[in-house]
Amino acid sequence: MALEIIESCVNCRACVTLCPNKAIYAAAPHFLIERDKCTECVGDFAEAQCVAICPIEGAILDELGVEMNPPGSLTGIPPERWAAARAEIASR
Amino acid sequence: MSDAIRARVQDHPCYSEEAHHYFARMHVAVAPACNIQCHYCNRKYDCANESRPGVVSELLTPDQAVKKTLAVAATIPQMTVLGIAGPGDPLANPAQTFDTFRQLAAKAPDIKLCVSTNGLALPEHIDELAKHNIDHVTITINCVDPDVGARIYPWIFWQNRRIRGREAAAILIEQQQKGLEMLVARGILVKVNSVLIPGVNDEHLKEVSRIVKAKGAFLHNVMPLIAEAKHGTFYGVMGQRSPSPAELKNLQDACEGDMNMMRHCRQCRADAVGLLGEDRGDEFTMDKIEAMDIDYEAAMAVRAELRAKVTAELAAKRARIHAEPAPQVIQFMPRVEPQKPVGRPVLMAVAAKNGAVAVHFGHAREFLVYEASADGARLVGHRRADAYCSGDDSCGDGESVLDRTIRALVGCETVLCSRIGIEPWGKLEAAGIQPNGEHAMEPIEEAVMAVWNEMLAGGKLDARPSAAKCA
Repeated sequence: MALEIIESCVNCRACVTLCPNKAIYAAAPHFLIERDKCTECVGDFAEAQCVAICPIEGAILDELGVEMNPPGSLTGIPPERWAAARAEIASR
Repeated sequence: MSDAIRARVQDHPCYSEEAHHYFARMHVAVAPACNIQCHYCNRKYDCANESRPGVVSELLTPDQAVKKTLAVAATIPQMTVLGIAGPGDPLANPAQTFDTFRQLAAKAPDIKLCVSTNGLALPEHIDELAKHNIDHVTITINCVDPDVGARIYPWIFWQNRRIRGREAAAILIEQQQKGLEMLVARGILVKVNSVLIPGVNDEHLKEVSRIVKAKGAFLHNVMPLIAEAKHGTFYGVMGQRSPSPAELKNLQDACEGDMNMMRHCRQCRADAVGLLGEDRGDEFTMDKIEAMDIDYEAAMAVRAELRAKVTAELAAKRARIHAEPAPQVIQFMPRVEPQKPVGRPVLMAVAAKNGAVAVHFGHAREFLVYEASADGARLVGHRRADAYCSGDDSCGDGESVLDRTIRALVGCETVLCSRIGIEPWGKLEAAGIQPNGEHAMEPIEEAVMAVWNEMLAGGKLDARPSAAKCA
């Protein structure tokens, strides 16, 4: 049982000090989680702490590759709305 | 303003309008983590051409931040203030924030330290702030009603949980108000920033202003929402509009009766360097700083000298104004006072530097907007001449810089500058804005009032502005 940080991480570092297992470490190009140390905070907190503070949708996955903060869940922007805005900007 | 307060803000460009003409500030980006999400912020964004809070180009360690601050203070002797404002929340990065403050208090004791926060973690860090001699704290308070807050903040991180909606806003508001009270109780000057979001908190901000004033905040800074789809923020993508300059001014005027309102804020980046309205950050990237050879002691002496000079000049200016003798009228017979001709207020844009009409129209990157009336000239805002991006055609929509500048000056009847070319002169006139280059190098207030008195004498101030183009 372990979480994973992927490349959309912006290195804001908010998760690092919260991890009860000190499993998160700075690396290039982004922070990483040591698999062996991560417990997903079970026994320590009701919610995985990195997941609970991460501001970037999709930056943390569970073992099955499921996005812990799926698109739209943090910003409130419906994914289709964001896709349309990006397409409109790209076409300018 | 009392003399005691004046002494504490007289060289702080963000707390004193007078000071902002002469003194510079810088922000160091040591605080990337945040404990809340705001609908006007996108945590992914950095564009070097963009100037708005929450955006930075280069994140620094506390040691790098200290080095950068000392380098800037040695190069720009007007630098009086070091602030930490993000790009996240300084108090969500307490180790980095306080390490930076601790080192700077020892190495550059003449530099004022200040911090800008969303307030969520303020109560728990209040003693640490007081200990580091932080004399100025800015709290961003957009609401005092959780129902309003639920439309501004999608979530907060609080006591190891992500909390959403109204509950989140209620906690944030409670901590902000508690933090404000605790700061005031410790004698720390508090500025409150509010983002004006049309249809969300516009009317509500009048209540915010009353409440923070009653609790002892010193200054209220209502800023316009910046929201464009390309920023990738909730408000930008969802089409929330920004307020017009007139809407912003009306709200600031409505709050003014109860509260000192800040009108000269430039909504700078979390790594801005220089006078308000200019950003010299490019001159101080870490690789350039490494190559600099700096005599810190000598730099501090130069700063002290400059500060004393400007302070003396400003004191002399104030004394001059107070010393003007009241006109002595000796009346032998009772007579009816002639009706004093009262002209309507006029908005004037000024291409200014160091408190004077000193910039060529074509070189101005921003204009200060003054309202001139029978009561004198007062700063009511500023307009950017190059929008938020410059020098990059991909950001524009084919409109020329001149057209954009003229559009930015909407509502102004006159623009004062040191010089101006023939082409912009004609275009400005066609847009109903009278260019004026006759007051080059004069102090702003004197120049503005000279133009207003001329308009008054010319009978131009009896009716509404003639230009239908003015919004």
